[in-house]
Amino acid sequence: MVHKGKKEKILSKVIVVTSGKGGVGKTTTSAAFAAGLALRGHKTVVIDFDVGLRNLDLVMGCERRVVFDFINVINGDANLSQALIRDKRIENLYIFPTSQTRDKDALKREGVEKVMDQLRKDFEFIICDSPAGIEHGAMTALYHADSAIIVTNPEVSSVRDSDRIIGILAAKSRRAEKREKPVEEHLLLTRYSPERVRRGEMLSVDDVKDILSVPLLGIIPESETVLKASNTGVPVILDPQSPAGRAYDDAVARFLGEQREMRFMLPERKRLFGGLFGRAAS
Amino acid sequence: MSLFDFFFPKKTSSASIAKERLQIVLAHERVGRSGPDFLPLLQKELLAVVAKYIAVKDDMIHVTLGKAGTASVLEINIEMPAEPRASKMKAATA
Repeated sequence: MVHKGKKEKILSKVIVVTSGKGGVGKTTTSAAFAAGLALRGHKTVVIDFDVGLRNLDLVMGCERRVVFDFINVINGDANLSQALIRDKRIENLYIFPTSQTRDKDALKREGVEKVMDQLRKDFEFIICDSPAGIEHGAMTALYHADSAIIVTNPEVSSVRDSDRIIGILAAKSRRAEKREKPVEEHLLLTRYSPERVRRGEMLSVDDVKDILSVPLLGIIPESETVLKASNTGVPVILDPQSPAGRAYDDAVARFLGEQREMRFMLPERKRLFGGLFGRAAS
Repeated sequence: MSLFDFFFPKKTSSASIAKERLQIVLAHERVGRSGPDFLPLLQKELLAVVAKYIAVKDDMIHVTLGKAGTASVLEINIEMPAEPRASKMKAATA
């Protein structure tokens, strides 16, 4: 992009958090990533694309502050600044809630495009929290993506659905349509249990990497603290006690180009001083 | 569990079964989706043209898009119907 005028133009990046399968941790990941990027000083907005089943607001702890939503802005009933909710804990972080309407086609193509163009002018990172499935909402969420975080559980149905989504990203995204550089793909393995992998009960990181052949961004261990985070409406990355939170922090750092060794690949109790530091991974 | 162990002695963990099953099913699914949308129509139209001159059936034309190194290869296989007289003659000369 060109540098013009007094305000330096932002090079913005649209990131879709997607998976195909439901319940694998898309919203948790969206919330954690948005918070992590904002904590590092990047102006970030996280958008809920799950029209009809709004939940990002709850996970982000701003459910009582929703006045206008995505669909209101698309229909011209409100402007963007009225609908964006500014996070009270983290500077540079904004939440864009969706509507509870049952109208499936409320996300009109031109409307979404206009909103994305507007957001690109203002934000460094635009995180699109995709709904499950491969219907209109999921297709719209991934259409504008420059990068994709493919959230996958080490489990057959999740891996298969991720593979499907990877195929769709390569064929139906804006970048694919315009024959631009393909969407940058990142694999995020969530709900990982090193102990069960050791026992041969769960697909390992390498298994999933082999099957999907997408570069690994991070491994998020199965952790009780994720439920605690959504219970209280605090992105799990803000909990320094949480192994999942630390794993998300690593993933965000890697996303920004930092080198960080993969953690949480081995059962914790095997480590020295396991009793002191390790138990949180269970 | 014990019956399972009987059929899959020791080393076959459920995770490795999962991996194998996934690799097989995804290999199939990827072939189906990697082709461009026009292939079925191309196959149909080719069949119509060929059928004007040769008696071919639906399943005798196969159109696939494959890869050879860096180039894409459009492969069209047309199975010819067996000519009874010709084959008989061949058999006679042999």
